[in-house]
Formats: sequence, C-alpha cells, structure tokens
Amino acid sequence: MNITRLIIVAVGGQGNLLASKVLGEAACRQDIPVRMSEIHGMAQRGGVVESAMIFGDAHSTIISDGEADVLLGFEPLEALRALNKCNADTIVITSTSPLPPFTAAIGKGVYPDMAAIEAYIRPRVKSLITLDANALAVEAGNVLSVNMVLLGSLIGAGVLPLSDAAVREAIKDTTKAAFAEINLKAFDLGRAAVKG
Amino acid sequence: MHKLLTDRPGEKMFLLGNEAIARGAIEAGVAFASTYPGTPSSEISANFFQISRESDLYFEYSTNEKVALEVAAAAANAGVRTMCIMKHVGVNVAADALMTLAYVGVRGGLVILTADDPYMFSSQNEQDNRYYGKLSGLPILEPSTGEEAREMMAYAFEISEKLQEPVLLRTTTRLNHSTSQVTLGPIRQPVTMGDFAKDPFNYVTVPAVSRNLHVKLLKNIEKAQSLAEKSPYNRIDGNGSWGIVCNGVSYNYVKDAVRDLGITEKVRIFRAGFSHPLPADRVKSFLSGCEKVLIVEEGEPFMEEAVKAMAQEAGFINLIAGKRPDLFSRLFEFDPAMVRRVMASFFSVDCPESRVSDLSDLPILPQRPPNLCAGCSHRAVFYAVNKATEGIANIRPTDIGCYTLGFLPPLSNGDFLICMGSSVGTGCGFSRTTDKKIISFIGDSTFFHSGIPGLINAVFNNHNITLVILDNHTTAMTGHQPHPGVDMAALSIEGFNRVSIESVVKGIGVDHVAVIRPYNVKKSIAAIKEAIDFKGVSVVIAQQSCTLFDKSLKRLTGKPFRVGDRCKNHRNCINELGCPAFYVEDDRVHINEALCTGCGVCAQVCPEHAIVPVKN
Repeated sequence: MNITRLIIVAVGGQGNLLASKVLGEAACRQDIPVRMSEIHGMAQRGGVVESAMIFGDAHSTIISDGEADVLLGFEPLEALRALNKCNADTIVITSTSPLPPFTAAIGKGVYPDMAAIEAYIRPRVKSLITLDANALAVEAGNVLSVNMVLLGSLIGAGVLPLSDAAVREAIKDTTKAAFAEINLKAFDLGRAAVKG
Repeated sequence: MHKLLTDRPGEKMFLLGNEAIARGAIEAGVAFASTYPGTPSSEISANFFQISRESDLYFEYSTNEKVALEVAAAAANAGVRTMCIMKHVGVNVAADALMTLAYVGVRGGLVILTADDPYMFSSQNEQDNRYYGKLSGLPILEPSTGEEAREMMAYAFEISEKLQEPVLLRTTTRLNHSTSQVTLGPIRQPVTMGDFAKDPFNYVTVPAVSRNLHVKLLKNIEKAQSLAEKSPYNRIDGNGSWGIVCNGVSYNYVKDAVRDLGITEKVRIFRAGFSHPLPADRVKSFLSGCEKVLIVEEGEPFMEEAVKAMAQEAGFINLIAGKRPDLFSRLFEFDPAMVRRVMASFFSVDCPESRVSDLSDLPILPQRPPNLCAGCSHRAVFYAVNKATEGIANIRPTDIGCYTLGFLPPLSNGDFLICMGSSVGTGCGFSRTTDKKIISFIGDSTFFHSGIPGLINAVFNNHNITLVILDNHTTAMTGHQPHPGVDMAALSIEGFNRVSIESVVKGIGVDHVAVIRPYNVKKSIAAIKEAIDFKGVSVVIAQQSCTLFDKSLKRLTGKPFRVGDRCKNHRNCINELGCPAFYVEDDRVHINEALCTGCGVCAQVCPEHAIVPVKN
C-alpha cells in the first residue's frame, strides 16, 4: 500500500491534536494502517504544536525533513516555518489567518505578509492551496471550528487516502456532540473552499 | 466507564503510547501504582488517576519519585502487582531506593517505567537510563510500538515475579507520544491486598544481610540473562550477512530503511526488546553469520559496548560500529532519513538524495517561544521582584515548572538551574561565595518534591537567602496534577488531607515569612523588599491559583481590561510585563480581550493609569 506522509502545524489552542485524532480514527474505520506522533511540549503556553501522520505500511511515526507528501498549516507563518519538511512534490494547504507570535505582535519582530509567505512556499512545492479558515469557521458558527474547516480542505483536495464518509463519521464520534452540527458544517465549508 | 477499562478483547483502539502502556498494565492486573508527574510519562499516570476513581486500582501522586518508589516497593513486597512511573530524571531522585531495592527484591511484580527524552523536548538533560539497568542489575524491557508496549506489560510483570526483582520498562518520548492502533487483550482481575511475612534477615539491609543479598542479585542477573535468551522480545529478522542490532523506536526506522534501500535479502536484524542483560548466546550466534554489524540505538553506546564485549569472547573480529563521527551520534533523537543514510553508507548501497529544498533565502522568521499565559501570576511576582531589587546586586536561582519561563526577557528572572529543588540548595552555595543577595524561586509542587531539605539546610546553616515560593495550587507544567498543598475537596475529590506550605515553612524555623497575593502589585513589592532586607533566611509565599487551570475549570472571574485614551505610549506594560494579551497596532498598544483574564496587574504598572476595565 502507498504511504502518505502528512505534517500538521498549528499554534497551541487551535485544535490540531483533535483534528489529527479525527484523521486517525477515520483511517482506522477504513482499515488503513496509521501512525502518528505529536510534539506539544508547552502547547498551552503559546508554542508550536506539530503532528506527523503516516498512512500506509510504514513503521516510523515521525517524518524526516523533505519527506512530507502533504503539509497542512493552521497558521501561515508556521506553514512557512515547516517548509523544511517539504519537497518539490509536496502539496501545501494553509489557512491565511495569521496569529502573530508575541514578539511580532508587540513590534519586536517582523511577521511576513501573506503575499511574501506564498511567494516563498509556492516555487518550492508542487502546489499551494490557501483558504481563510477563520472566516469559514465563523461562517460555520464557531471560530473554534477552524480545525474542522482544515480537515475539510484536506479531504476536498483529495490528498489523503481517506473517504469523505469516514472522516464525517469520525468527526461525529470524536468531537463533542453539542458541536457536531457546527463541526460538520465547518468541514463541508473547508471541503468546498478547496474544491473551488 | 474509562475507555481503558473496556473489557472487549480483540477490539481495536487508536491509543497514545502512554494509554497503551496504561492499558497493558490494567490487562496485567496491576493493583497499585505510584508516580511523580513528569513528561513524557504524565499521561500514564493521568489515566491511572481517573481509573483509580472507578475501579479497585490504588493510585497515588507521591511527593517525589523516591517516595513513589518506596511506596511501590512496599506494595510489591506485600505481594501486590505494582507499577511506578517516572520520567528519566525522576529515576535519579529514586535511585537511592532503586539500588538497594534490587538487593531486596519483590514478591508481587513491580514494573518501574522510565520515560527517557532524547532531544530534551521537555527535560533538562537526555541521559540514557538503560545504564540504570546495568548499575542496579535489574532487567530492562524496551518496546518499539504502542501495541508492543501494551503486550509487554504482562510479560514485564511475569519476569518480575519469576526473578522476584523489579523490572525497568524503558520508553522514549517518541513511543510515549505516538498514537497507533492497539488490539485490546483480556483483563486479569487484580489482587488488591496481600500480606507481608516478616523476614528481617532478608529485608533489613544491614551489611551482614546485604552481603548475602548481593550474592543473590548476581545470581538473579544470570537468571535474567537466561530469560533474555528465550525472550520472544529479542528477535532476529532475516538471515543476510549485514548485521543490524537495534532497539526501541530505532527498530521502526531500520525496518523502513531496509525497505526503502531494497536490502531485505541482505540484512539480519537483531531487535533487542529485553535489552539488559543482553542474551550473550543469541548475540554471539547472530554475530557469527555477519560480515559487519551496525548498532542502531539512540543515546549512549549501551548495546554497542555489550555486543563488542560479547564479540571479543566469541572471537568475532569483523567490524562492529555504532557511535562514530561518520555514523551515529550520541546526541538527540534519530529520524528515518538519518538512519537510512547511515545504513546506506555503512553497507555501501545507494541512498536516495535528500529532497529538502534550499531555504537559504528565507528571512529570519519571528520565533514562537512558549510564554507564561496571559494573567499568569508568576509574571506579577517576577515584576515585583524586579522592582524590589532595583539597585541591589543579586543572583536568582530558579527551579523546574512553568515559572522557569520567567528567565526569558523581559522578566529575566532565573540565573541558575540544574534539577528539581536546586533553587534552594544552590542559593545556599551562592550566598556564601558571592557578596550578592540571593533570591531563589520554587513552585509549590517542586517545594514539596525536593525544596524542603534545602530550606532546612538554609535555616540550620544560617544562609542569607530569600526563597520565593510560587504557589499556584497545582502542578501546572505537567498538566495540573495534585500535590500535597492542593485543596482536593475544592475539586470535589474526597479522601485527602492538605499540607500548608506556610506551616511547613514556619515549622522549619524560618524567622521571616510573608504571604502575598501577587495581583496586588504594590503590597507584593513592599513584602518582597522587606524579605530581601532581612538578614538570614526569609520566605515569600505568593498565592494565586493557576489561570490556565482556572480557565479549564471555568472558574475565572476576572473581566478584561482595555487601553484607554490616557495612554501616552510609555509601554511599561509591554516592556516590563510582556503579557501575551498585548499587541501593537498603528503604533498603539492594545489588549486582546479574548486573552485578557482581568488580573489587573498591567493597570497597576501603567504610569498614566490608562488601562481600565472594559465596560459591559
């Protein structure tokens, strides 16, 4: 079975680990071998949260530099920072909503503008797909559903060996029942945004 | 019901490595567990804590790892299957108990989990705890995957009971924090009560007894070696002539590399899952078919040294290598591409080129270091200490917890740190060898863990030191575990007592003790000044519950603040506090109301009193 390697980068609090868990559960439903590892040392204190997911018959749970097939950025600066994980065949999907780190927020560092970020990423990868995940999450009814919007974008782009139905089921089972409707709507909006 | 108590053998679950370990222990009938929290092991204990509230499992957060191991040693010697969980550096704290417990042994199974942290994702060092197996003479088991860790738990208890010795189960962060599919096994009913048969000439380790016990330990190491010879966790894959010896997560990287390099027919892999003592006979027979051997292990050359010694005995003269400048490093963790590259070079096969693109033209990106949370009371304490010490030369030893982050600018509180509790002891040393004022910082949980002996030392030897105890009523850094100072009843958890830090400090005989509420900036500065002026040992206890914990318990009551018209852009707020709720837009300071917890500290710091509550 083909191996697909996915890196997800986010800022603490964006719900990246829950999104990864949904993908893992979806893969289990489809009997696709899946392994994942996460680094969330001080996530709740504003640091970067990275998860690596490997679908298919591999044994490793981490992804070396230059070996991601897909990079999903919950935040554009973090997508740019993770470019060392990519190669010329990588598909990058990123939210365009910036969350400036504190240093940049108080004017002690420069947060590159979105056009510059795109210009750095685009020539180095196979394709770059961008979407305003925050706006879509708000449209779905809860700004916290950014993670579900971005899951939708992964499925919409067809870059993972997962079916729409399996991910939807996993969302229903893994996320809180009270938010299921909003989460599914967010997922659909993300999927549609990427399908164009 | 807790998901790890699910009694449906054969069912598959997508589990974190630490959940798989906890599940394995439950399946093995663990009845007793103790720990001091420490990443990357924390989730094992967090699950046990929850499980203990709905099953017969006894679980406790002990005050430190040494106490945890003593508690566990007694439980196991009463015949109850016991687990003791700690991070790698926790074993240093428990080492005194460990070394002689190895002499005394156990009756019921005791599995000691040591979670090592190559690359130091959340630790002060990356020591390789396999050496503790060698130092103590105890067996070490090392799983490669979550599924194997689950399965190995029952085996670990069996080995422990067979040898009547504790067994060390050693993991690394990449196993603890990787998630994969695990197939549930049957749950063995735990035996929760045992008995202790007195036998002082085997249990009371006076020299005459220990001389006999050491003889017994050496015999036990031989028995362990014969178990390792037969262990299903030491296995050989393939029968080529290129030898590879590996362990833990390295085995996964080796398997992927063998496939990627297309050398399945050429290699013979010895995967050590029972890695101390290594099975000499199997290793020697493995070597005899090898042209050359590569040892793939993170950390120190633990197996490399052992295998080379065995090769000498066997008269094997072909090349055995592992840690070498052109092969593997002792530093940090491995990754699949690195292992593939080294294997290709060692066995002289072609390796796919690295596909990382040239990123040299990228600008320097603003970093995103972790920061104390918006509204964190540690920030207020550090600000107050900065104000109280203006013009006073000082050294500030710090300790292990969230507040360690206070060493970063703009707070810059933290000059020296080596281990849990070291702020107090090192403060004593600096106070005698420099002419500077010593202000040490320690958290509440760390104070109970190992700060108290240092404070007693300071009082007895009359050192000139101010100790600031940052009491946020929880063990925040590792995920809000309880400690002896926590009011458990307020968390609706019955059956606990509470130890008052203030009473402990006064009981030790500290003559100057002040309790402050750090959100009251002026009073805090005054109290800290007074404590610093005191000659001798003074203690300031800063009491304010953890904001992040309060937020998760939905008991935050503060209302957000905003920057009003009176702001003259002095920016003391940003430059001296650095709260992440601030941002600058159009050259003006603003407060992100969604992040602001309403602690009001910045409002007291602003010289223009421009920071005011948001009106509803």
